Amino acid sequence: MLKDTDRIFTNLYGWMDPGLAGAKKRGDWQNTAKLLQLGHDGIVEQIKASGLRGRGGAGFPTGLKWSFMPKEVGARPHYLVVNADESEPGTCKDRDIIRHEPHKLLEGCVVAGFAMRAHAAYIYIRGEFVNEARRLQAAIDEAYDAGLLGDNAAKSGWKFDIYLHRGAGAYICGEETALIESLEGKKGQPRLKPPFPAGAGLYGCPTTVNNVESIAVTPTILRRGADWFSGLGKENNTGTKLFCISGHVNRPCNVEEEMGIPLRELIEKHAGGVRGGWDNLLAVIPGGSSTPLMPQAVCNTMTMDFDALKEAGTGLGTAGVIVMDKSTDIVKAIARLSYFYKHESCGQCTPCREGTGWMWRMMERLVRGDAEIHEIETLEQVTRQVEGHTICALGDAAAWPIQGLIKHFRPEIERRINAHRTAVAVEAAE
Amino acid sequence: MPKLTVNGIEVEVEDGATVLHACEEAGVEIPRFCYHDRLSIAGNCRMCLVDMERAPKPVASCAMPAGDGMVVRTDTDRVTKAREGVMEFLLINHPLDCPICDQGGECDLQDQAMGYGFDSSRYEENKRAVEDKHMGPLISTTMTRCIHCTRCVRFATEVAGVPELGAIGRGESMEITTYLEKSLASELSANVIDLCPVGALTSKPYAFTARPWELNKTESIDVMDAVGSNIRVDARGAQALRVLPRLHEDINEEWISDKTRYAIDGLRRQRLDKPYIRGRDGNLAPASWDDALGMVATRLKKAKPAAMAAITGDQCDVESMFALKRLFDKLGSGNVDCRQDGAAVGGVRAGYLFNSTIAGIDDADALLIIGSNPRIEAAVLNARIRRNWLATRLPVGVVGPQMDLTYDAENLGEDPAILASIMSGKAKFAGKLKKAKRPMIIIGMGALARSDGAAILGMAHQIADTYGVVAGDWNGFNVLHTAAARVGGLDLGLTPGRGGLDVAGMYKAAEGGKLDVVWLHAADEIDAERLKNAFVIYQGHHGDRGAHVADVILPGAAYTEKDGIYVNTEGRVQYAGRATFPPGEAREDWTIIRALAGRMGINLGFDSLGELREELYETVPHFADQDAIRPARWAKFGGRGKINSASVTTALDGFYMTCAVSRASETMGQCLMAMQADRAQADSAQDAAE
Repeated sequence: MLKDTDRIFTNLYGWMDPGLAGAKKRGDWQNTAKLLQLGHDGIVEQIKASGLRGRGGAGFPTGLKWSFMPKEVGARPHYLVVNADESEPGTCKDRDIIRHEPHKLLEGCVVAGFAMRAHAAYIYIRGEFVNEARRLQAAIDEAYDAGLLGDNAAKSGWKFDIYLHRGAGAYICGEETALIESLEGKKGQPRLKPPFPAGAGLYGCPTTVNNVESIAVTPTILRRGADWFSGLGKENNTGTKLFCISGHVNRPCNVEEEMGIPLRELIEKHAGGVRGGWDNLLAVIPGGSSTPLMPQAVCNTMTMDFDALKEAGTGLGTAGVIVMDKSTDIVKAIARLSYFYKHESCGQCTPCREGTGWMWRMMERLVRGDAEIHEIETLEQVTRQVEGHTICALGDAAAWPIQGLIKHFRPEIERRINAHRTAVAVEAAE
Repeated sequence: MPKLTVNGIEVEVEDGATVLHACEEAGVEIPRFCYHDRLSIAGNCRMCLVDMERAPKPVASCAMPAGDGMVVRTDTDRVTKAREGVMEFLLINHPLDCPICDQGGECDLQDQAMGYGFDSSRYEENKRAVEDKHMGPLISTTMTRCIHCTRCVRFATEVAGVPELGAIGRGESMEITTYLEKSLASELSANVIDLCPVGALTSKPYAFTARPWELNKTESIDVMDAVGSNIRVDARGAQALRVLPRLHEDINEEWISDKTRYAIDGLRRQRLDKPYIRGRDGNLAPASWDDALGMVATRLKKAKPAAMAAITGDQCDVESMFALKRLFDKLGSGNVDCRQDGAAVGGVRAGYLFNSTIAGIDDADALLIIGSNPRIEAAVLNARIRRNWLATRLPVGVVGPQMDLTYDAENLGEDPAILASIMSGKAKFAGKLKKAKRPMIIIGMGALARSDGAAILGMAHQIADTYGVVAGDWNGFNVLHTAAARVGGLDLGLTPGRGGLDVAGMYKAAEGGKLDVVWLHAADEIDAERLKNAFVIYQGHHGDRGAHVADVILPGAAYTEKDGIYVNTEGRVQYAGRATFPPGEAREDWTIIRALAGRMGINLGFDSLGELREELYETVPHFADQDAIRPARWAKFGGRGKINSASVTTALDGFYMTCAVSRASETMGQCLMAMQADRAQADSAQDAAE
């Protein structure tokens, strides 16, 4: 279990003042200028050494991502874009960072922006986060007033501005290139890659898009050193991570924990355990709605890190842990997720536009058992036809939950189909 | 130049090419729906997926830049599976109503389903239905068939320059729409019909008319403007049913204007299908060819050479103009003119050609437009100017009325005095011309078809000389004609000979009773009433302005009904083929003149079209060079007179009805009405807002 002294987000629960004064007490904005003395590449090297992997879901090494930015600023300025469009069902970590630790994010913007030679950061915040946007804007204003942002940000000699942009409530705008499109005022649809944002992103300029949590932890990593961060967690899965535990647990919560913590420990220590005890556990979706679920047997020994979960055929994703006990209608639960992805597909490319609707409709029939056994195969094949053939990862995200369901709960689906068939036969006989 | 391996075949492609290009280079066909050579890359249909070494997933070849050393495979199981998957997705919500779909037989989805489709569907759910959209009188929509490739949206925003087509909604609710259910305010709108890979957008006037395999296809040349767009005329039996663009990279690429495409229904109405003679009662009565030709011969024989005249129209083929010119030469009369509008063009060839060529627009880096609205006078050419502007922000200055050209243009005012101040360098735009390495001037009939046209032409010549518009291998001095026959006529020398009368002179002579016979060869864009005192012979295909004042009507052939040569505004010689026969007793035009000459005992020197062309090549050799432009030598032309202060206008008031054919076209009438209704609606909405 993570020691209190190793926590980064010490005001995660909002028990203290989220404003500038409180943040300073917790160590934010202290000697920011000194951090920048590491130099652009020095910071990138530190982040690389810390082993920090992106907290938005894909787990791409953050330092490596920053190093893709051009080393010289050419005719086009560099931009940092912070993805605060947190919309993945089961995930609410960025929301609490913005609510209670907004200055960690802002200081992170300065540090990360400096590292990638950017003078401006755009924070794209989810449209539904109304109060959070107000809170964050207030923090930005505070920071400007205190000289922490602006022409001489935190007396570092580096000009740095932060702009807050509110989204309009589309899940797809959390995809980095769709987010850039939306930020530019266009319809939020993912772009084709290449070119990657580091080459041509916002307004065609070199851009890096990072998750809120990835950016917010960087000042602390630099202060306490890459070794401290890489000393936590497991190899290749270092540091601490915010976990969002929801569903059938006694005390749903957000909690900062070490990477690689056993799932059972995470749930029992922090969330008060599964409702009705661990034996009442049916399945867990470990990383937000797009990751395939794990049945109890897998959960027993699972540790919460990128590599272990990937090996088990699922993923850490955003670490939005959705716990489902044995009262859950698991088919219906996944069908609801299918509806979500069908509703949020942007409609640009064929497999996702047509496939998400098809998958959802089949799932709805499977909930009732109104299908043939061979249609389970058809559904599985449809998910494979979508996966990997789309412009962005939304197609994959729509396919994975269904694949997980079929992999682990096929007997349940077959049971329903048979039961439905019997019921129809009985009705006909009467 | 990157080198790639496609299915084991090594290919080298140009920098900036995509993997799809490389595959084509290797002779591998890649199926596609959204990709189109002339539009931006969307990469959304996912049909062109290929396998690439080191790529974990199949990649969309249309969007992947070709890189050195890439190893691409298109023949793997994974590729086939991926494409079959995409095809299945496209078909699940497609109505499969091919038997009642106009796209049937020329449908990309149909064709590619043969390669990647299944024989049955696994889709057990209800298919999506989408409400049809109103897109005006030309485009019929069946939006349930739409596969969301967005080609139409990209065409409208990129090529046509109108933002009125877009996609709204998300996921499977995404719909292509004009937002406000208006027709597309573009002269190029119907090209989206050709672009649509399925039957979502089809041709409204042609709806349910024919199947593609029933049609005879003839390669021809458009005469609705002076661009000389390459077209294909599809006919069944005696009727030309539709016009489609033909690829010509240097002229129309693969676009045509709506008028080019749809004015042909005018060929079925108001036709002159038998000879007529005006009787004593003042009414035209049907007559036999024998009587009509006899009467013309008698009149011509009676008249003195100075008292006869001929005017040729804007859509005449070179052959018939040549025959008429030769007839008048033999009669000893120099009163011939091919410039109905009285434009001050003729003589020095560089003074009436679009010298830079149409493709040359791509290279221009500054453009001065004088008295022309290329958007309505040459819509396809205007799209090329827009493309240059999109790519390079080409500075454009316009002398003439305010107009929306689909690109930013600085209006320099209507006062022709601005020309002098450009010349002297005082006008601001002069600086842009000066800075340019390849400056271009486009001068239109709005500036030349006026009494001081020669002086304006001369002024333009001076501006060209001052700003290096003609330098080295660059000649950016361009005359934009509106008449398809004009350059051919001028090349033939169809202008008054020594002491001969031009059109204005003919009016005066006719009004003064000094003109006995006027031969109107399909000339309808004239003030025909002013010729009433003379005996008017009208040879042509439509009962339009010229025929109304005629004393004898000799029914001729329209452009789809004869083999003919046309010379476009660049001076490019192009051959059009005959798609159908002229209706009724109407005849191909050169044969009418030949028959009359025979009646009068005059030997024109040819008895067949082949012989006529041989004579023609001997007189003007470059007519023999099909699809070629003989560059014109830069020389002195234009006048030095005073330019009067009348405003510079443009040649045409509107786009849709500009000639005898388009005036007879019901479709063009509907377009005009739709445009007026949309404008009225927009105006009243604005009034309400104010």
